[in-house]
Amino acid sequence: MSFDPVMAETRFGCGLSPKVPRPQAVDAMIARLKEPDAAALEFPVARFDTFRDTFETYTALNRERRRLDDAGGESAGVREEAKQLMQSMRRRNLEWAWQAMMRCTWTRDGFRERLAFFWFDHFAAYGKGRLYKLLGSTYVEEAIRPNLARKFEDLLIAAATHPFMLLFLDQHRSVGPNSAFAQKKGGTTGLNENLAREVLELHTLGVGGPYSQDDVRQLAELFTGLSWNYRKGFRYLESRSEPGAETVLGKRYGGADGSLEDIHAVLRDLARHPVTARHLSTKLARHFVADTPPEPLVAAMTSVYLDTNGDLAAVYGAMLSHDDAWRSDLGNVKRPVDFVASGFRALAIAPELGDSWRPRDFRRYLLAPLTLMGQPWERPPGPQGWPEEDSQWLSPQGLAARLQWALSAPAVLSDPLPDPRAFVTDALGGEVPSSVTFAARAAENRVEGIALVLMSPAFQRH
Amino acid sequence: MDNGLSRRRFLTRGMALGCSLAASPLVTPVSLAATAGENRLVVIVLRGGLDGLDLLRPWGDAGFAALRPNLAADRPDDLMLNDMHGLHPALSPLVPMWRAGELGFVQAVSTPYRDKRSHFDGQDILEAGTPGLGQGGARDGWLNRLLQGMDGVDARTAYAIGIDPMLLSRGAAPVSSWTPEVDMVLSAPGLALMQGMYEGDPDMAAALREAVVLAESDGDAAIFEAADGEMMQALADDTQPAGARAGKRHVQVAEFAARQLAADARIACFSIGGWDSHRKQRNTLNGPMRSLADTLTALRDGLGAVNWGRTTVVAVTEFGRTVRENGTQGTDHGTGGMMLLAGGALRGGTVHGQWPGLDEADLYQRRDLMPMDDVRRWAGWAIRSSFGIDKGYLERVVFPGMTLGGDPGLLL
Repeated sequence: MSFDPVMAETRFGCGLSPKVPRPQAVDAMIARLKEPDAAALEFPVARFDTFRDTFETYTALNRERRRLDDAGGESAGVREEAKQLMQSMRRRNLEWAWQAMMRCTWTRDGFRERLAFFWFDHFAAYGKGRLYKLLGSTYVEEAIRPNLARKFEDLLIAAATHPFMLLFLDQHRSVGPNSAFAQKKGGTTGLNENLAREVLELHTLGVGGPYSQDDVRQLAELFTGLSWNYRKGFRYLESRSEPGAETVLGKRYGGADGSLEDIHAVLRDLARHPVTARHLSTKLARHFVADTPPEPLVAAMTSVYLDTNGDLAAVYGAMLSHDDAWRSDLGNVKRPVDFVASGFRALAIAPELGDSWRPRDFRRYLLAPLTLMGQPWERPPGPQGWPEEDSQWLSPQGLAARLQWALSAPAVLSDPLPDPRAFVTDALGGEVPSSVTFAARAAENRVEGIALVLMSPAFQRH
Repeated sequence: MDNGLSRRRFLTRGMALGCSLAASPLVTPVSLAATAGENRLVVIVLRGGLDGLDLLRPWGDAGFAALRPNLAADRPDDLMLNDMHGLHPALSPLVPMWRAGELGFVQAVSTPYRDKRSHFDGQDILEAGTPGLGQGGARDGWLNRLLQGMDGVDARTAYAIGIDPMLLSRGAAPVSSWTPEVDMVLSAPGLALMQGMYEGDPDMAAALREAVVLAESDGDAAIFEAADGEMMQALADDTQPAGARAGKRHVQVAEFAARQLAADARIACFSIGGWDSHRKQRNTLNGPMRSLADTLTALRDGLGAVNWGRTTVVAVTEFGRTVRENGTQGTDHGTGGMMLLAGGALRGGTVHGQWPGLDEADLYQRRDLMPMDDVRRWAGWAIRSSFGIDKGYLERVVFPGMTLGGDPGLLL
């Protein structure tokens, strides 16, 4: 097997579209990744850093409310203002989810959307506070998307040191035990190993990688100083940094004073490590091709990774140029987000629909169903991201929730519904199993017919 | 739901599925969890930080009423459990359960989590069962590690129920998950067409078979005779916003749990949320308290006398709350909390654990109830008494770093 336009869309893209032309060659898929992010321009999402003022306003309102409450004053006005701010932020959060679906629906570059989900998952993070938790999309927009076809070290630095990640893993509170800040504060501060551990265990070498607890500790000391607050943004704070050099995987970083350059240096070295090359190649191949990817495919990707110092576009190219990537006997079950997005794409849902939707519509037809299917939007189970194994996504509850969405959402999203007999070809391309064609024809009504096509194994699997 | 049942023409499982059900690897009768024994364990995660001092009010401590001018404004006699303790008014349906010896508490307990008082981290530590975060990197939950140490566990042994993701049950051992909010609706002919499509895909076919069985056991119909107006109406009902249907969701969860536990299941877990009572706590906690009371009574009624007699319910939360009321008639995130126990297997009618006192000097950081014990120790004894799990396995694997200590004699 080799390149096939249908599989380029189903396995490596967001599914087939009745409106958008399919990619015609591997080179064209890779070339498109290097062009400007057309889908992001057409369906914009704000960036994280633009919300610093919002944090400031919201924090000030809450502080004022508490002050008034404690003083026995009238806080209803302040409360109302804070409530409206949150309401408008929640609305934006829903609109960003819609934009993500629209990108998948209308893009000519479905591979980029899949990669954005993949790397968001690799650098999984979510906000813990009331406002933070609405901003997952803005982190992807700022840290992930601009870097997903560059060197892995660029992506690693952008994501692992992004404020959203620092806050998620409490890195911004980690203080070198011998730093100036710790001396001043006494015993109330300390080192937090969380980010250092995840960088080694998840982001670079992988859980079986050649690192020890001592490396985790040293890396955590090296990371001290990474900080963010809404007033000043991202900063490296020398005062919190642990003095002295640190040794990670046998190499010394930094001198008497810490610096952001040292942190970037260790991240670059970790990114170029052969074990990282192998870990990431395996993970990409598992995600796009099969839970147990063919060894020759992984080996080819790893080799290109090492030759190019982790040039991601080259690694993707190595995957897509390999015959094993196109084997029809391999494949994965779509995750809920991919399933819903490819449903949107097959139905060619109009962008304007979202403008008329109220918050509850987004929840009813997009977010609540994803939660029931087992993949709540932008809320991964932890820093490890979502499981890759097909068995995790074929649970009875997951399947029932997919069916519930497939029966209830299309009629609301697409009026009129397409004829199920035509939709079979829209959604699955030319070669369709006879049992699916039969089901689409024999269904008692359009709603069930469309649902059956969406629930067919051919549509549920990449 | 009443009119739902009459409107939905219910087909029996046998009619809808034919003999295909017998082939399901998940429902073979040999999976009777014989090695797990006959005892049942239900773990409820009370999310948001339950104010243990409001649920179980320590009236006998002279300091209590003064700390809480609003929350402890009145003390109804009929809610008093003993000289020291009284229940929250919304829990009055549980007084008979206490009198029957089927309800108990452990006071002033906590997880090892300290000081940051974050819901997320607190819940992660509670469910991971570890001493802290990023220590040993536990990515699975203690309930799953318990299952990993039991013999003869299959997908029917344990259920995670409800819409909230549960770290508690995540891990390598098989756990079935279901939520009554997934309301499978399909016509019988539609199901037949779907089964036809899945003939060449054994994994999807197995998931579908199991989904139909679960959907029909969660209180409303899944498979309709035809894809006609009635099925379409049921479908439309299912996509109503949660608020319109949510009234009895927690009861549906409890009834579903009871149904599974009365059959092959031995362990079930789910969450009850809404405990984060920073403001106007007298109002905001009524709902969650009622949900808790409804849940326990629904479990008891659903299990029936024999199986309830083999059941232990353990309800835990990520942390307690400040002992003083705050400026908005609520309480803020604290440390020492409370664990609730219920079930016919319980030696109930007792408040376990030491009482630290409420004088300022007795408090943790002069603000929170002082935790006197590790909540994991009590969960550990509930597990050991229910399933005879090895002490070393509990201390090393299920709850790393926990010391089981002496047997508090929780169960009959």
